Amino acid sequence: MAGGAAGVKVREGVRQTMAWLHGWSGLLLGWVLYVMCLAGSLAVFRPEIGEWMRPETRDRAPAPQAVAAAVGWLQKHASDAGAWFLYAPGPRTNTVEAVWFHGLDYTLRALDPVSGLPALRQTRGGEFFYRLHFELQLPYPWGRLLACTAAAAMLLALISGVIAHRRIFRDFFTFRPGRGQRAWLDAHNALGVFALPFHIMITFTGLVTLFSLAMPWGAHAVYGNNSAAAFQDLVPGAISRAAAGTPGTLAPIAPMIAEAERRFGGGHVGLISVLNPKDAASLVLVYQADDGGIATSPEAISFDGTTGRVLADYREGRAMVKAYDVVYGLHLARFADPLIRWLYFASGLALTGGIATGLILWIVKRRERASLGFCNRLVERLNIGVIAGAPIAFAGYFWANRLLPLGGADRAATEVTCLYSIWAAALVLAFALPRRVAWPALLAVAGFAWTVLPLADIATRGAGTMVLRVGDLTMVVAGLAFFAASWWARRRVAA
Amino acid sequence: MSAARRGWRYRANVTARTAAAVLGGYGVAALFAAAIARLLPLPRIEAVLPGTMLAFFVMPGVAIWAFLARSATRAWAGILIAAALLAALAWLAGPPA
Repeated sequence: MAGGAAGVKVREGVRQTMAWLHGWSGLLLGWVLYVMCLAGSLAVFRPEIGEWMRPETRDRAPAPQAVAAAVGWLQKHASDAGAWFLYAPGPRTNTVEAVWFHGLDYTLRALDPVSGLPALRQTRGGEFFYRLHFELQLPYPWGRLLACTAAAAMLLALISGVIAHRRIFRDFFTFRPGRGQRAWLDAHNALGVFALPFHIMITFTGLVTLFSLAMPWGAHAVYGNNSAAAFQDLVPGAISRAAAGTPGTLAPIAPMIAEAERRFGGGHVGLISVLNPKDAASLVLVYQADDGGIATSPEAISFDGTTGRVLADYREGRAMVKAYDVVYGLHLARFADPLIRWLYFASGLALTGGIATGLILWIVKRRERASLGFCNRLVERLNIGVIAGAPIAFAGYFWANRLLPLGGADRAATEVTCLYSIWAAALVLAFALPRRVAWPALLAVAGFAWTVLPLADIATRGAGTMVLRVGDLTMVVAGLAFFAASWWARRRVAA
Repeated sequence: MSAARRGWRYRANVTARTAAAVLGGYGVAALFAAAIARLLPLPRIEAVLPGTMLAFFVMPGVAIWAFLARSATRAWAGILIAAALLAALAWLAGPPA
């Protein structure tokens, strides 16, 4: 390596080297990043998507009663689970979302706040996109590790992309429509620069949310292998203790929730964990909801499950932990009012579009130079199957929600199966159709699927709500955008 | 693509720099997080968080160095020196009592 190879560089010049690095770090996991960004943008509206997908469940109840109703149902139907995690209803959602684990498998049910029964139309709702965003439908911990790796590549791509650009702000106002590389480059630059601080913030804060998996070495250096102690220090209000091994009865939960609400002083109740619900040493941990400020609120109150007595109550005051909570909260955006939420959504879509145009630019650039080799032909087909295929599949999830019959144990899982079956079909088409046909055809299918979706919604539900109507309108806008992209692709790619 | 870029020397160079960016980037970031966690005179979790968060920017920083250094050998040398320094700091500070 020494001597002869000493002067070898990947490219001559700093900007050229950074452009090379930007290209490769963006390409290798580009399709994973595209799916993460698209699903993450949708996850901004996780509760609203849940409302759209469960139109029959409209009852409202205060958190203490709703959680008590949910616990009543869980005691009959999930009493053997080691823990229940319940998301209390709040301003943006009326159901109680209950998750419980058997080993690493989890079950999720949205429960009616009054009856405690599972919602009539069983669905993963917006939770699906939230999980897909960082777990990528892969088993723990592989999905999260892949998401971390992709996010690290994204941060590198963003920083190297900025260095590669000498005229970053001028480029934002440059658009040379027409054919070929320049137009794609201008679009890619505009989407990247439009929300560049957001792109860097969301990628960095996303990595921080998974730090215990992505970067555990700081904690390891001072805690050794005792990661439970690190978590205990991070959230001192959430105590842990082993099961007693003797059966116990859970005390009524509504007074505990009411007590927590009183202690939070006007803040909403968020997550409630019931640990070892059948055991004499059961615990009820009540966390404050994250909508009170930018920071997430790991402030928790621990109750003894059988007596309802308060065991621990902690308010965060440590500067470094607060800083971490703000970084975490900036990613989750649960603090956001509707305007900020739409800005997160729009910026997320800009990043998604930046990734898509970058992936397309990779091919456009190489095609102008020479005919494509095998690997680049693969890239081209994957681009079609993922960039146009994912939106088709996501629309299919909403279609399945409206068309599958109500009832049945696996209804929620069947919706997800529909999504992946449709995606698989789109990928097959992306590889099978001639290139000139595949882009416009799949984009037109996406346009049709999203534009017509509101008709399926209106035909299968009763009276609408504001959330349903805004959701329907957003779908039509998305559909028209895909039709426009299809029309444009037919003219440009075919030429 | 020029002939020079197809040669074994170019490919070995890209491979060596990529390995430096990936392994070195993560390794230096991990050692950085560990060193800061041990050096900050704060309660344990408060000492852990700042270095851990900043480490996510150390990673791309090292990766960029790996490709900008004058040669792959220099890239690796810089990374190994940084890693050795951070490891020594972490080792000297020792785990909290």
